[in-house]
Amino acid sequence: MVKAYGRGLWQGLRVTWRNLTRRSVTAHYPDVEPDLPPRSRGVIALQEENCTSCMLCARECPSWCITIDSHKEVIPAATDGGRDRSQNVLDRFDIDYSICMYCSICIEVCPFDALHWSPEFAYAEGDLKDLTHDMNRLRTWMDTVPPPQALDPGAEQGKELDAYERTRATEEGL
Amino acid sequence: MSEALDVLLRCLVVLGAFLTMPLLVGQMEHKAMAHMQARVGPMAAGGFHGWAQLVADGVKFAQKESITPAAADRRVFELAPAVALVPYLVAMVAIPLGPFFGQGVLIGQDLDLGLFFVLAAMSVGVLGTLMGGLGSGNKYSYLGGMRVAAQLMSYELPMVLAAASAAMLAGTLSLVGIADAFEPWWLVVQLPGLVVFFVAGLAELQRPPFDAPLADAELVMGPLTEYGGMRFAMFLLAEYAGIVVLAALTTVLFLGGWAGPWAEQLGWAWTLLKIVGVSFLVIWARVAYPRLREDQVNVLAWKVLVPLALAQVTLTTVVVVW
Ligand code: SF4
Ligand code: SF4
Repeated sequence: MVKAYGRGLWQGLRVTWRNLTRRSVTAHYPDVEPDLPPRSRGVIALQEENCTSCMLCARECPSWCITIDSHKEVIPAATDGGRDRSQNVLDRFDIDYSICMYCSICIEVCPFDALHWSPEFAYAEGDLKDLTHDMNRLRTWMDTVPPPQALDPGAEQGKELDAYERTRATEEGL
Repeated sequence: MSEALDVLLRCLVVLGAFLTMPLLVGQMEHKAMAHMQARVGPMAAGGFHGWAQLVADGVKFAQKESITPAAADRRVFELAPAVALVPYLVAMVAIPLGPFFGQGVLIGQDLDLGLFFVLAAMSVGVLGTLMGGLGSGNKYSYLGGMRVAAQLMSYELPMVLAAASAAMLAGTLSLVGIADAFEPWWLVVQLPGLVVFFVAGLAELQRPPFDAPLADAELVMGPLTEYGGMRFAMFLLAEYAGIVVLAALTTVLFLGGWAGPWAEQLGWAWTLLKIVGVSFLVIWARVAYPRLREDQVNVLAWKVLVPLALAQVTLTTVVVVW
């Protein structure tokens, strides 16, 4: 093949001209809020009721930025002669966003779906200490968690839902 | 009395053009370059699409401290920005804008040797960068200065040859005369000359892709490293004034100046339009092409542009004699 001289020159002009005549891709952030997909790693929200203080997230966090304190509460037996049950209650659940690296390991590892990603990202602070969000603040982020993305058409909907629908069908069928 | 008024008026117009045109080109560069890179460029200053960005920049530069390094050659260092800027103002005096509503040609001063005058002024402008490079007392600036010198030597020759070809075809050195003598078929005959002149002019202004002397990645802006505040702003202004002068000269020499419909009335508008068009090409070249290496810069000058310019001169001679 012949080496075409000047091809690079032509290409440079063509690419830049194409960009010039098309709309730019710039996001006009402060004026226009960005449209972020669900599960964007903005801030971690805590569904407090789901948390069993199992400490898995705190232990798996590579940067050790989750602090959990809890105590046991006894739930008296519901029936006579039954066994008392105990339940962990959170006293403290802090995430220090000044060291969090948004790796999402805590969220993956939580067995009870107590942690969720919210796409909110504008929580900068003037003081480093204020970047530690406590239980209540983490709970408020829950309101900003969007519903998960819709499944692809024809995709499996997941084992849990399958099982749920099967039991419902058998119960109603009975 | 009226003659003095006339001179004063012309000076004011030239000064006004000198102060506004480079800013317009600069703003065009901001926006055109941004969009060529799929960005939007400045949007905040002034409200509407960042039209006041350069004004804001100017205010910022004015507030900054001008530092002269201890190792610098003080006089040379401080004089350099003026040497870079003023020649372009001087050059603009002799560049015609064309007929203004039937009032004769709009020009600062019509010189018989206008072409020589403008080319000489442009070369002096480059000396400003050279002075900055050698006077800064900084090794990177010094290297940049050497590159400026090499580039000036290499590209002056093809540029003058190309300009000479235009002058030969028109049979005059007066810029008004050259533009008046223009005929459309010159565009074809003069095409190599046009290309050579434009490319050599880019190199002389050290505009990308010929910014090896500035080369921010290797020489940290070369001759401009030590400059700050207003002096740096003057260098920047000189760069854009240089673009305007180059574009105007290209227009007058090769694109027929004010040639176009209703030239008697709207000649000046045609010239301005062509100047803007050529300036756009200057900006486009900056965005589209990567910087040439120092050896490539010289190879391009001596192995491509000089032979091309000589061929152009020969061709023009044949055309003129025939
Ligand atoms: S995202 Fe990663 S770093 Fe941040 S809290 Fe969770 S596990 Fe720790
Ligand atoms: S892994 Fe989940 S349930 Fe366990 S402590 Fe962390 S948030 Fe609570």
